[in-house]
Amino acid sequence: MTDDIDTLAVEVWRGDARGGGYVAYAVPRRESQTVLDVVTWIQHNAEPALAYRFACRVGMCGSCAMTVNGAPRWTCRTHVRRVAKAGRLRIAPLRNLLVIRDLAADMAPFFDKWTEAGGTFAPTATRDEPAAEIPPETPERAAADAGIECINCAVCYAACDTVAMAPDYLGPAALNRAWTLLNDARDGGQAGRLKAVSGDNGCANCHSHQSCADLCPNGLNPTAAIAGLKRRAGRAWLRGGA
Amino acid sequence: MTDIRLYMLQRISAMILAPLIVGHIVTMIVAVQDGLSAAEILGRTQGSLWWGLFYGLFVAAVSVHAAIGLRTVAFEWLKLKGRALDMLGWIVFAGLLALGGRAVAAVVL
Ligand code: SF4
Ligand code: SF4
Ligand code: FES
Repeated sequence: MTDDIDTLAVEVWRGDARGGGYVAYAVPRRESQTVLDVVTWIQHNAEPALAYRFACRVGMCGSCAMTVNGAPRWTCRTHVRRVAKAGRLRIAPLRNLLVIRDLAADMAPFFDKWTEAGGTFAPTATRDEPAAEIPPETPERAAADAGIECINCAVCYAACDTVAMAPDYLGPAALNRAWTLLNDARDGGQAGRLKAVSGDNGCANCHSHQSCADLCPNGLNPTAAIAGLKRRAGRAWLRGGA
Repeated sequence: MTDIRLYMLQRISAMILAPLIVGHIVTMIVAVQDGLSAAEILGRTQGSLWWGLFYGLFVAAVSVHAAIGLRTVAFEWLKLKGRALDMLGWIVFAGLLALGGRAVAAVVL
């Protein structure tokens, strides 16, 4: 299909918070081409004013996520071959966030929610004390390990229909972060964190439909993390807390 | 939106409802075996503390469960918020409780 095509028909969303629309570009097809390569080609060769974000180009920094043919993707590691349909690509900014310009969405609300969900580590020791020993085989450490490889790309957040319907919902990434910290024996902020994730915008809003887990480029499972939060918060509520 | 208290109340009411629904369906199937008449139903239920408790609990659990569920739907789809949203939840709860309670009273008392 896309492999024997030498030109891609690419539509890129251009505009800002006031509105915009798709603009068509013809982009040469290259071998091992990523969606980010396509966007970069357009900026270098056709549209110097095109706004978009990237930094590492190797799936580490989490800054390059966009909507590609309807689904959120990390564009630097999404091969055109995997997502193009008959040589067509439609590229837009991430859903569930306001647009700053073109493909650059405003990430501020996404990161604010990390703080709101209790995503800040609360140390219980200083650098002068010996490092805490955390046996890797404890269930808590295993639960935290499953969620710590998050690159803050907001793919899950854009994929979440609950965020779309309830814009104040903390969302999968922030809640996944809260879950990893809730399982960190070195952290001293658990009461406040549990309260934050138990509240009106917290874990109880998740409908477990798993778009987040399905699309997370790092294979994390925020749905499972949120299920863990529900169990932990639910138990605390039964005991009379939260 | 939904906090953990509403979430847990909805889960607990669902856990109460699950066996009651099975009991209700089994009762319906058994009850229609000899034909269905008002006299037959009332003969079984009138003055029965057991059926009063069974369906009383059923109605209470349905009222809680449905009120929280509809409140979520109203929030996500009708964009109701704050007081209006909570009021809707309470109205659904009270309405179902009143209607169901009346029905239970009618067949038990
Ligand atoms: S499972 Fe929960 S967090 Fe993930 S996409 Fe669905 S509602 Fe959002
Ligand atoms: S959980 Fe996955 S999809 Fe969500 S921000 Fe982290 S890496 Fe991205
Ligand atoms: S550019 Fe860093 S993850 Fe894509």
